[in-house]
Amino acid sequence: MTGSIVRPYGDTTGDGMVQMSFTLPVPLDKRAEGAALQLAGKMGVDPAMVVHAKQMGAGHTFFVIYGRVNHLVDLSAVRVVERDFPLLAPKEINQLIRQRLRRRLVVVGACIGTDAHTVGIDAILNLKGVAGEKGLEYYREFAVVNLGAQVSVPELVERARAERADAVLVSQVVTQRDAHLLNVREMAAAVREAFPAHRRPLLVVGGPRFDERMAGELGVDRIFGRGTTPREVASYLVHALVTNRPAQRRAAA
Amino acid sequence: MSKLDLDPALVRRARRLARKAGKPVVDLARGHTTVSVERAVLRLAGVTGADPDGIPWVNHLVDAVVADVGLGHGVALPVFAAAAASGVDDLTLLAQKAAAGSVRFEVPTGRAATAARRAARRSVAAGIRRIDRRRAERDRLIRRHGDPKQRPWIYLIVATGDIYEDIGQAQAAAREGADVIAVIRSTGQSLLDYVPEGATREGFAGTYATQENFRLMRAALDEVSAEVGRYVRLTNYASGLCMPEIATLAGLERLDMMLNDSMYGILFRDINPIRTFVDQRFSRQIHARAGIIINTGEDNYLTTADAVEAAHTVTVSQLLNEYFAHEAGLADWQLGLGHAFEIDPDLPESFRLELAHALLARELFPRAPLKWMPPTRHMTGDVFRGNLLDGFFNLAGVLTGQGILLVGMMTEAVATPWLSDRDIALQNVRYVLNACGGLREDFVPAPGGFIQRRAATVLAEAVELLERIVEDGLLTAIAEGTFGIMKRPPDQGKGLDGVARHEPDYYNPATEILDAHRETP
Repeated sequence: MTGSIVRPYGDTTGDGMVQMSFTLPVPLDKRAEGAALQLAGKMGVDPAMVVHAKQMGAGHTFFVIYGRVNHLVDLSAVRVVERDFPLLAPKEINQLIRQRLRRRLVVVGACIGTDAHTVGIDAILNLKGVAGEKGLEYYREFAVVNLGAQVSVPELVERARAERADAVLVSQVVTQRDAHLLNVREMAAAVREAFPAHRRPLLVVGGPRFDERMAGELGVDRIFGRGTTPREVASYLVHALVTNRPAQRRAAA
Repeated sequence: MSKLDLDPALVRRARRLARKAGKPVVDLARGHTTVSVERAVLRLAGVTGADPDGIPWVNHLVDAVVADVGLGHGVALPVFAAAAASGVDDLTLLAQKAAAGSVRFEVPTGRAATAARRAARRSVAAGIRRIDRRRAERDRLIRRHGDPKQRPWIYLIVATGDIYEDIGQAQAAAREGADVIAVIRSTGQSLLDYVPEGATREGFAGTYATQENFRLMRAALDEVSAEVGRYVRLTNYASGLCMPEIATLAGLERLDMMLNDSMYGILFRDINPIRTFVDQRFSRQIHARAGIIINTGEDNYLTTADAVEAAHTVTVSQLLNEYFAHEAGLADWQLGLGHAFEIDPDLPESFRLELAHALLARELFPRAPLKWMPPTRHMTGDVFRGNLLDGFFNLAGVLTGQGILLVGMMTEAVATPWLSDRDIALQNVRYVLNACGGLREDFVPAPGGFIQRRAATVLAEAVELLERIVEDGLLTAIAEGTFGIMKRPPDQGKGLDGVARHEPDYYNPATEILDAHRETP
């Protein structure tokens, strides 16, 4: 075996042992155990042992399986997609802003147009956050202004100027007649018009129906899609505005 | 009796300070109203339904009154005067006409005012009688099916977003031993300034709280209660901008517990403090009348601040919640004061600290069914370690006599719970209850030992903080970020435009009836 090929490790090198658990929607009997073994076999676990089976309610059974998996892992063939910015812990984020920016990073957020769905912007900005992660308000070094729903573009631009926003976050859920795309284009154009290029706030857009690759086309700096967490947004803001702030980005924008 | 040997003079002092801190806020609440309080009054008076866009008729009616005469007189008199003047007795129909702009509202005077007052009172009293009947019905069902055999009651969450999917999961959970089912709300509902209508099948990480969803789930749990031979309770959330209305709908549909915290909306949702305190008081009065157990939200402080450093803020909030609850007419058995197992497990003696904090809550509020919340902050993707931590959480709950135990999931940080996660979590609870359900009797912390000393420290810190709050005023304390880390000034936050100071002729038949009820011994 070359160094780049590995198998799972139970208690002996190369034994290939794995443990897994799953539920099948069948009551517990001999046939159910057979079904669990069949699934394990198809997953490459052979021989497999059902070490635990427990019926839950009338029609489901939970299984724990131990067995030897016959797949090999080729380390030299592993490809990792790198995020283009590092995911930071809240502590690191606060620290970087404090040390490098030496003031609070100002974020102005809103749902623009007629969109009243503040779910997205609130999940990212509100202290409460989403999926167990606190929102940007939780970070001491962010100064967050959440304008809420149905904010007009001029209102948003005005507020961004008054607050000296480093970043503007816009959330769009409603996509009827491509409203989300039109609104974002309008916002991006208005911001460009209102700010000299080197003072323009970073433009970040989020919503479940956006294609993350469309940032350039819409005239914004970044798009975040479904499932984005506050920490990802915070990490990105620090990356773009603090740690990796190329002088030319702002000049070129 | 006391296991902590708390200084009774200090405990009395803490309560006195909480009353002193809370009183000005109660006075403020009694002198203001909000759009949601007024909409709740209309719901009690029988206005139902929504327009084709889903905006409820109560919203249209209140908006129309506000446009004509403002909010400060209350809507009862203008609405009932308009009903009498236009001959439209059906208020929902009146709301539809108002939405179309064909009704004008004014504040009646003289005999018209007296008549409107009488009609409003009669109509709202009928709504409150419906709540009374639902409460009597609950008492009957509890007598028939029985209460859970053990304490703590086992509290489980469902959250699929689809009420019909929730029903199946809730019934399964009840069969597996859950005593209380909570239906988590859709993200963002707390910031909607209206209550959605009808049965809903999609939500964001939860299911919308609607009257129809309440009714469907309560009926499903009644069915399973008869089957399992114990009354299975239903919980939802009276929080956010529509707190008074959701409390009212909960009373009308016989929900049994409601999340209802005096400060949660302010701190975690940036809802205006005055709006929150006014809405709070009304919703608690409704809960008191409906026999609903409230669950307060102190666990949330510990998810944002350090659970050891901030332990005393939990105690302070519990004391404030107790004062606000009593003032609104809630009895001790209705106070599910919250607290949580959130100390960093890597901290030496973390479990002893948890026991000290949990026992402190138990001894400060001996008659309240405390709500004991599982670890979330220090749960990782390591489900094996998570299951162990949940076991210790369950043990602490049993040792310190907690009333309501929210079942912790070892997949807390991973995904919404799977069927098997819930089964394993319930197995964990059952093991602990079965192995040492009576251990509380033998658990007597050593006099002057670690647990007693820690509890005394937290209580002393709580009294100190209360003193500061009394000195500065509660609203100032909130504005300055005393709780959690959020600064929430009273002239900012969501929903402020829906608040009005009472005019001298303000009339609210619901508050009149509920205040009288409260003052009856």
